[in-house]
Amino acid sequence: MTDTVQTPDTFGLWTLGDPIADTKAPGGPIENKWTKRKFDAALVNPANRRKLSVIIVGTGLAGGAAAATLGEAGYHVKSFCFQDSPRRAHSIAAQGGINAAKNYKEDGDSVYRLFYDTVKGGDYRARETNVYRLAEVSANIIDQCVAQGVPFAREYGGLLDNRSFGGVQVSRTFYARGQTGQQLLIGAYQALERQVAEGTVEQYVRHEMLEVIVSGGRARGIIARDLETGEIETHLADAVVLASGGYGNVFFLSTNAMGSNVTATWRAHRKGAYFGNPCYTQIHPTCIPVSGDHQSKLTLMSESLRNDGRIWVPKRREDCDKDPRQIAEADRDYYLERIYPAFGNLVPRDIASRQAKNVCDEGRGVGPVVGDFRRGVYLDFADAIKRLGKSAVEAKYGNLFDMYARITGENPYEVPMRIYPAVHYTMGGLWVDYDLQSNIPGLFVTGEANFSDHGANRLGASALMQGLADGYFVLPNTIRDYLAKGPFDTLDANAPEVAAARTSVQERTQRLLAINGDRSVDSFHKELGHIMWEYCGMERTQEGLLKAIDLIRSLREEFWRNVRVLGSADTLNQSLEKAGRVADFLELGELMCIDALHRRESCGGHFRGESQTEDGEALRHDDQFAYVAAWEFTPEAADGIPGGGMGAPVLHKEDLTYEFIELKQRSYK
Amino acid sequence: MDLTLKIWRQAGPRDKGKLVTYQVEDISPDMSFLEMLDVLNERLNAKGEEPVAFDSDCREGICGMCGLMISGQAHGPEKTTTCQLHMRSFSDGETITIEPWRAEAFPVIRDLVVNRSAFDRIIQAGGFISVNTGSAPDAHATPVPKPNAERAFVAAECIGCGACVAACPNASGMLFMGAKVTHLSELPQGQPERMARVVSMVSTHDAEGFGGCTNIGECSKACPKGIPQDVISTLNRDLRMALSSGH
Repeated sequence: MTDTVQTPDTFGLWTLGDPIADTKAPGGPIENKWTKRKFDAALVNPANRRKLSVIIVGTGLAGGAAAATLGEAGYHVKSFCFQDSPRRAHSIAAQGGINAAKNYKEDGDSVYRLFYDTVKGGDYRARETNVYRLAEVSANIIDQCVAQGVPFAREYGGLLDNRSFGGVQVSRTFYARGQTGQQLLIGAYQALERQVAEGTVEQYVRHEMLEVIVSGGRARGIIARDLETGEIETHLADAVVLASGGYGNVFFLSTNAMGSNVTATWRAHRKGAYFGNPCYTQIHPTCIPVSGDHQSKLTLMSESLRNDGRIWVPKRREDCDKDPRQIAEADRDYYLERIYPAFGNLVPRDIASRQAKNVCDEGRGVGPVVGDFRRGVYLDFADAIKRLGKSAVEAKYGNLFDMYARITGENPYEVPMRIYPAVHYTMGGLWVDYDLQSNIPGLFVTGEANFSDHGANRLGASALMQGLADGYFVLPNTIRDYLAKGPFDTLDANAPEVAAARTSVQERTQRLLAINGDRSVDSFHKELGHIMWEYCGMERTQEGLLKAIDLIRSLREEFWRNVRVLGSADTLNQSLEKAGRVADFLELGELMCIDALHRRESCGGHFRGESQTEDGEALRHDDQFAYVAAWEFTPEAADGIPGGGMGAPVLHKEDLTYEFIELKQRSYK
Repeated sequence: MDLTLKIWRQAGPRDKGKLVTYQVEDISPDMSFLEMLDVLNERLNAKGEEPVAFDSDCREGICGMCGLMISGQAHGPEKTTTCQLHMRSFSDGETITIEPWRAEAFPVIRDLVVNRSAFDRIIQAGGFISVNTGSAPDAHATPVPKPNAERAFVAAECIGCGACVAACPNASGMLFMGAKVTHLSELPQGQPERMARVVSMVSTHDAEGFGGCTNIGECSKACPKGIPQDVISTLNRDLRMALSSGH
């Protein structure tokens, strides 16, 4: 094995702080921990609940489900989303399905097996206790959703159908055609709207959280901007929940929605909340490639396509602009089948993605030249059509072929599809303990916004499971232990810490509008995305990451000097909204690169050039890196650039101990 | 491609709006309609003109956030959402008129952005099954015949974009509401509240200023998800049953 990992060097970019521990998970056998925690958590008398208020930011599966459930319990909930309705949250776009250890197929599934698969799938970088609980409550999620009327796929006998998903050997995935996320979100949304009608939940749409209020060491509220009127509002409560989703849009192009952003969690990070494993990003291999510089987002196609499609590129660069049907079989390189004969086109997501990038970087990509080279590989169904017939292929993949044809204008039954990897999900997020509470008391974080359950790589059909587990079952049980200490002292809207938070939002808004430079917000965002993709994407090296940090710093400096945001602060102003989000991405990007730089191992979807086996495969270092990296923000002495003052972050390590599962190295050869 | 765009510009909810003409050159047929507007906005920004405000989020046809009246057709000439419409559906030199959804129940906020909160209020009036978290029986306790499950799914595919209202000469929200009523009425879980639900939703719909349905069918034709018109029949049948049984 080659292992050129060097002795730790911080390059002056970070400092090491005290280790942290998750102190909330009870001891004892893993299957009893959650029951014990629920029993030990303090209760709140039903009559007192309406005196306790909770702010929930985000209305996706994690936020919508939590708002509905806490409303049902009788707490006073304020729910916020930046979209025009809670039903738009990006959970809606999830296609595949939701895992649950129901074992309805009697094929050997169990809570323990789902737990085991999830920890292994996360490449042994997730916390055992949280993952076990996730598997444990998974079955309740399906019951709850069916009772709400979620129309899952059914068999002729009227019972629920399941399928196998993402390479696991049991059929535990529940689905609603290719729109599982939509149906689950609508279920949560309807439960939420029911509580709005009951008066337990106040709904604030087109509102964006721009600051968290911390008073007396506790999270006590938020500053939000009404995106319709521009008004800066103060909202106070006994606890704050961030369910604001992932930060994949730091890459500009991703499968995230246009509005998906890091602002809520980044603002909390700046106020002291630790950011866990920011460099853990999932890159999905089967997306429709970029067609030009105008591209605004990437569209995912189900990876089930790899079951029958064969992936290839031309052997010779000069063939890359030929009609693929004219390229002889002998001149094609079916590179996955060549490198991984055992798994072929079905290698895991990270390997399929990285090898696609490698062949394109070699200049053997296909499709339009974007930037300086072609970013696409063929996914060819010609053999499948020959073997199964066109109608069988159509029955299996018809809707995906239609979607591809609509977006690209090409007929995939005639010409091979082109695919390329795209950023899809971020496993990192704010650090939370077993109770999903951050290190700021009263600030809870759920769903994709927290870091907790997926380790370094997320298994298919588990994002929906985590969002709903957190929202319906985990948070409502853990937050009551905190709320039982309340109601906390009434906080005056003019208290110094509240006024300071409000003023900082107003000043930042005014500052963005006052710069009036030469470059649009999007142009900065695209440039940042390019840096992140190139140096902090599928493959990272020390050299590249150090370069990226320099590039991001100078881009951030230019942003605050040269961005052009037109319009005013007191109307709907979409450029201003975007500018605030991109300003935060410009800070997050640096932290992601620092995190990636410090983690000198290849794990999950992250290939570290300096840490590979002799035959070029990922090499993990459990002896050095079996921990969660939780980063603490450090402000730097003012340098005149608002938001430019990021000091060297402090690294707090939470050691991951595996009591129940044995660590193994992955191999697919 | 070179295009002439006539776009509705309106500074705020109480301001008067008007169509403003823009010329856009060098548009790629591979751009989506909204990417074409992104390009226009970048060029306007460079010239110091405020960009055109329009809603969009997922840009993959599922969130329902986008929706424009394109030369008089909701979501334009193809049966899809505005974000999934591509410029290859237009021809070089074409003039395209772009307006917001027009309906009393959807007031304009700015330019092409409208307020669709009336849809949320219709759902609040009964578009749900009352089941608290944690009180659900095992998912297999209640089998659902496959045909009912299928029809419930087809109705539940509604993305709440509002194209049905925009396309309807009466600005009726009956397809949207019929989709929800049908989704829940097809399922055993939806039966206990079935009668009360339809009465409450219809009265909210009317109070919000949506028009009545006169069976024109533009709604279903404009629907990017192909919600069939017969969901309105289901709604009317349920409403008749409810009213005749004293709800």
